Amino acid sequence: MATHTITLTVNGAAHTAQVESRLLLVHLLREVLRLTGTHIGCDTTHCGACTVLLDGEPVKSCTVLAVQADGRQVMTVEGLEKDGKLDPIQEGFMQEHGLQCGYCTPGMMMTGYALLTRNTKPSEREIRQAISGNLCRCTGYVNIVKAVQYAAAKQQ
Amino acid sequence: MEPRTTADVGGMGHAIKRKEDPRFIRGKGTYVDDIQLPGMVYLDIVRSPFAHAKLTAIRTEAALKVPGVLAVITGETLAQFNLHWMPTLMSDTQMVLPTEKVMYQAQEVAGVIATSRYAAADGVEAVEVDYEPLPVVVDPFKALEPGSPVLRTDKKDKKDNRIFHWEVGDKAGTDRAFAEADVRVKQDIYIPRIHVASIETCGCIADFDRVKGRLTVYMTTQAPHAIRTVIALVAGHVGLSEEKIRVISPDIGGGFGGKVPVYPGYVIAVAASVVLGRPVKWIEDRMENLQADSFARDYHITAEIAAKRDGTMTGLRIKTIADHGYADAAANPSKFPAGLFSICTGSYDFQHAFAEVDGVYTNKPPGGIAYRCSFRVTEAVHTIERMTDLLAQQLGMDPAELRLKNFVRKDQFPYRSALGWEYDSGDYHAALKKAMDRIGYAELRKEQAEKRKRGELMGIGISSFTEIVGAGPSKHFDILGIKMFDSAEIRVHPTGKATARFGTKSQGQGHETTYAQIVAEELGIPAAHVEVEEGDTDTAPYGLGTYASRSTATAGAAGAMAARKIREKARKIAAHLLEVSEDDLVWEPGKFSVKGAPQKSKTIQDIAFAAYTNHPQGMEAGLEAVAYYDPPNLTFPFGSYICVVDIDRGTGEVKVRRFVAVDDCGNIINPMIVDGQIHGGLTMGLAPALLEEISYDASGNIQGGSFMDYLLPTAMETPSWETDKTVTPSPHHPLGAKGVGESATVGAPPAIANAVVDALSHLGVRHIDIPITPEKVWRILKEKGVAE
Repeated sequence: MATHTITLTVNGAAHTAQVESRLLLVHLLREVLRLTGTHIGCDTTHCGACTVLLDGEPVKSCTVLAVQADGRQVMTVEGLEKDGKLDPIQEGFMQEHGLQCGYCTPGMMMTGYALLTRNTKPSEREIRQAISGNLCRCTGYVNIVKAVQYAAAKQQ
Repeated sequence: MEPRTTADVGGMGHAIKRKEDPRFIRGKGTYVDDIQLPGMVYLDIVRSPFAHAKLTAIRTEAALKVPGVLAVITGETLAQFNLHWMPTLMSDTQMVLPTEKVMYQAQEVAGVIATSRYAAADGVEAVEVDYEPLPVVVDPFKALEPGSPVLRTDKKDKKDNRIFHWEVGDKAGTDRAFAEADVRVKQDIYIPRIHVASIETCGCIADFDRVKGRLTVYMTTQAPHAIRTVIALVAGHVGLSEEKIRVISPDIGGGFGGKVPVYPGYVIAVAASVVLGRPVKWIEDRMENLQADSFARDYHITAEIAAKRDGTMTGLRIKTIADHGYADAAANPSKFPAGLFSICTGSYDFQHAFAEVDGVYTNKPPGGIAYRCSFRVTEAVHTIERMTDLLAQQLGMDPAELRLKNFVRKDQFPYRSALGWEYDSGDYHAALKKAMDRIGYAELRKEQAEKRKRGELMGIGISSFTEIVGAGPSKHFDILGIKMFDSAEIRVHPTGKATARFGTKSQGQGHETTYAQIVAEELGIPAAHVEVEEGDTDTAPYGLGTYASRSTATAGAAGAMAARKIREKARKIAAHLLEVSEDDLVWEPGKFSVKGAPQKSKTIQDIAFAAYTNHPQGMEAGLEAVAYYDPPNLTFPFGSYICVVDIDRGTGEVKVRRFVAVDDCGNIINPMIVDGQIHGGLTMGLAPALLEEISYDASGNIQGGSFMDYLLPTAMETPSWETDKTVTPSPHHPLGAKGVGESATVGAPPAIANAVVDALSHLGVRHIDIPITPEKVWRILKEKGVAE
C-alpha cells in the first residue's frame, strides 16, 4: 500500500506524518497523534461522534482520509480550551447537563461550536437542525440544545 | 423534600454539577478504545453470511500471508483448550467459535490477530470459509410446529425448539373472571426486536502477563465483578483463576443493557492474549454491534382483559411467544426466564391474572436482554397500557377516567398484586391528575373534537406505568447463583476527605456525583471531597453491576449503610473527644454536638483526624466501612405520561407535539441528573415507538443492521420533553429512593402508541404495532380513505 507524507495543523500545532492512502483522519488523530477525545460510533457517517473541524467546517473524520487533510487546519475537542479557559460551548455542556456518558459529547460540541461561528443567535430549531447529524443516546437532546443556547448567550 | 444539607455539602436534593464532566468536556475521558498498551495487537472477526449453515472448511493460509497478520483463531483452536463453548447468563450454552455449524447471520466464525486494525481487517477478507446452507427458522411460531428443524442439535435430548415454558398466576380464577365478565377485549401485540445501540460499541483489551500468570481485561462491561467470575468459571481449567483476573471497566459510552452479556469477541481476545502473550484489542464496528450483539424484546403477545360494564377491570390473561434467537442469552435473574414480565397487571387493581411465556429458539442472534429496562418490564407495560386503551375504546369511556377508576389506591400500599409482587408505595391518582393538569387534558379533548370536524388528525395518549426495579432480594434474585446484593466501601481519610468504592458501574448515569451526594448526606462530608470509584475488580467490593435501574436501589443503599456504620464509630470517637457519653450526643449533617451544649461539638473532619491520631484506647484505628446491601424488596417507581400527536394525512408522519412526563422515583438524590435520565429515557421510548426495529427476511438476513436503516432518533424527531414529578418515598430503602434510569423508556412507548391510535380511533382503528412508521400510518389512512 502506498504511503504519503502529509503535513497538517491540529489545534494550532503542525504535524508531519507518514500515512497509508487508506488511513482515516479519525485514526490519524486518535492513534497516531493520540488525540483520543474524538470518538468513533459508526461506520456510515451517521452518528457524528467523530466530528472535527476541517478548515473551520464540521466534518465526520471517519469519512475523511488522512491524506485529504494534507496542508489543512484541523480542530478537535482538545483544541476548545485555550490557555486554561474553557470555551463557552464546554461550559454550556457542563452547566446545562448536556452530557451523560460523554461519548457523543466531543463531536456534539464541535458541531455546536461551528454553528455558533456562523450563527451567533441560533433558534432552537436551527440548533436542532445543526446537531441532527450527531446522535446522542443518553440526553434526549433537550439539555444539549440548552447547552448551545448557553454558549450563544455567553458569547454575546 | 427540602435538602437537609447545605449547598456546600451537596447532599441529597441538590442539583450539583457532575464530577464526571470536567474530563468529558475536554475529551479526556478514557474509553476502552482510547487505551493503547505496549506491544498491543488487534483482533478482527470473520462472520457468517448465512443464518444457518454447516461449516465445511476454514482455510487460513492466505490470511496468514497478509502482512501484519499474526494468527487466525478458529473453533478448532479454541476446542484444544475446551474454550469453544461458553455458558450464557441464563444457564444455556453458546458457541464462542463454531466447529460444526453457524446458527445466525453475522455469527463469529474466526478471529484474525494482526499488528494493526487495518491489517486485521485485511486478514478477515482473506480467510476462506465453505458453508453448506441449512433450512432457516425465522418465525418463532413455525419453530414450535411439529416438523420444524430442531436447531440445537448440540443438545442431545432436545427434540424441539422450545427453550422454556413459564407461567404465573391463578389460571382457574382468571378463566372464571373471563367467563363472568360483561366485557372482554383481546389483542395480538408484537413488540419487535430492537437494539440498544449505545454510541460506543463493545470492545476490550485482554492483557495476559505470562510471567505473573495474570490476566487484565479492560472491557466495556456494566458488571465487571460478575464478568470476572464468569471468566474464571469458563477458563479456570486453563489456569485463569479468579484472583489472577482483573477486570477494569473504564469510562463507558452508554450501556443500556447491551454491555451486560459476555460476547464471543471478548473470549476470543482473552484466548488470543493467552496464546500470543501480548495485549489484544477488540473493538467491534457498528454493523457488528447491531447484527451480532444481544437484542432486546421480540415478544409476540396475545393479551385479554375482562371487565364489568362500568369499566372495573376483573381479569388479565396473557400468552406470549418469546423469540430468543439461537441461545437463551438474556440477562435475567436465574429464577425469572421471562424477567419481571409479571408486573403486567401494571397500575391496576386486578383480582385475577394469569400470564404464560414460551421461549423459542430461532436462527437469529442470541439475547433477550433489556433495552434500558428492568427485565421485560417494557413489554409488560406496553401490553397493559395498550390493553387499557382498547378497553376504554370498547366501553366508549375516556382512557383517563378508566385509569382513575382502576388504579391501585394510595391506601392499598403496600399492595400485593395478583401476580405476587408487593408494590412498596405509590399514589397513581396524584401522578395522572398532575399530568392532566399540566398538559390541559380537558382543553386538548375539546381541540381534538373540533379538529376531527375539520378532518384533522390529532391524538392524545396516556400511559400510567408501574416499574419494578432494584433487583433484588437474595431470596429470589441471583445471576448464575450469585445473589443480587450490591456493595459499597467508604474510607474516610485523616484529613476528612473520603474515597468510596462501589460494586456497580456507571455508563453515563453520573454515579461519581450521586454516590458522593449519598455519602455527603449521611456523613456531612462535602460531595466535592468524596472521590467515587467503580469498575475495577481489584479495588471495588464485589457487586452485580449497573442495569435494571438497580444502582441507587442496591449500591446506593449500601453506600448509605456503610456511611451509617462509619457514623456509629464516629459517635464513639466524638464521645471520647468531648468526654461525654455517646447518648449525650446529637448528630446533624457533619457534626456531633453535646445535647444542651451545642457549642461543644466535633465535626466529622475532627473525628476523622482523631480516628488516626487520637482514637480511644481499645478501639481499632481508622474510619472506614464496607456494606453489602441485600434489599428487602424491589422498588416500584411509577408515573403518568401524556402525549399529543398530530398526523400528516399526506405522509402518514406522526409528530409528537407535546409530551408531559410526571415521574415518581421516590426521594431524589440529584434533581438535575434525574431530569436528564428522564429526558434520555423518553427518547429511548420514542425510538421503538416510532423508528427502531430489527427484522429478518425468510432467509434470516438482517434488515436494520447499520445506521443506514436502523433509525435512532435525532434532535429533529425528538420533542422538547416536559417533565414534572410527585415524590412518594420507598418505605424500605434507607434513603427512600427508588431508581429512575429506565422509567421513561418503559413508560413512553404506549403513551405514543395510544396517542396515534386515539388520533385514528374514530376511523375504527383499534391497534397499531410499534414502530409506528409513516408507511404503516399512511397505509391505514389510505385504507380508510382519508389519505391526502
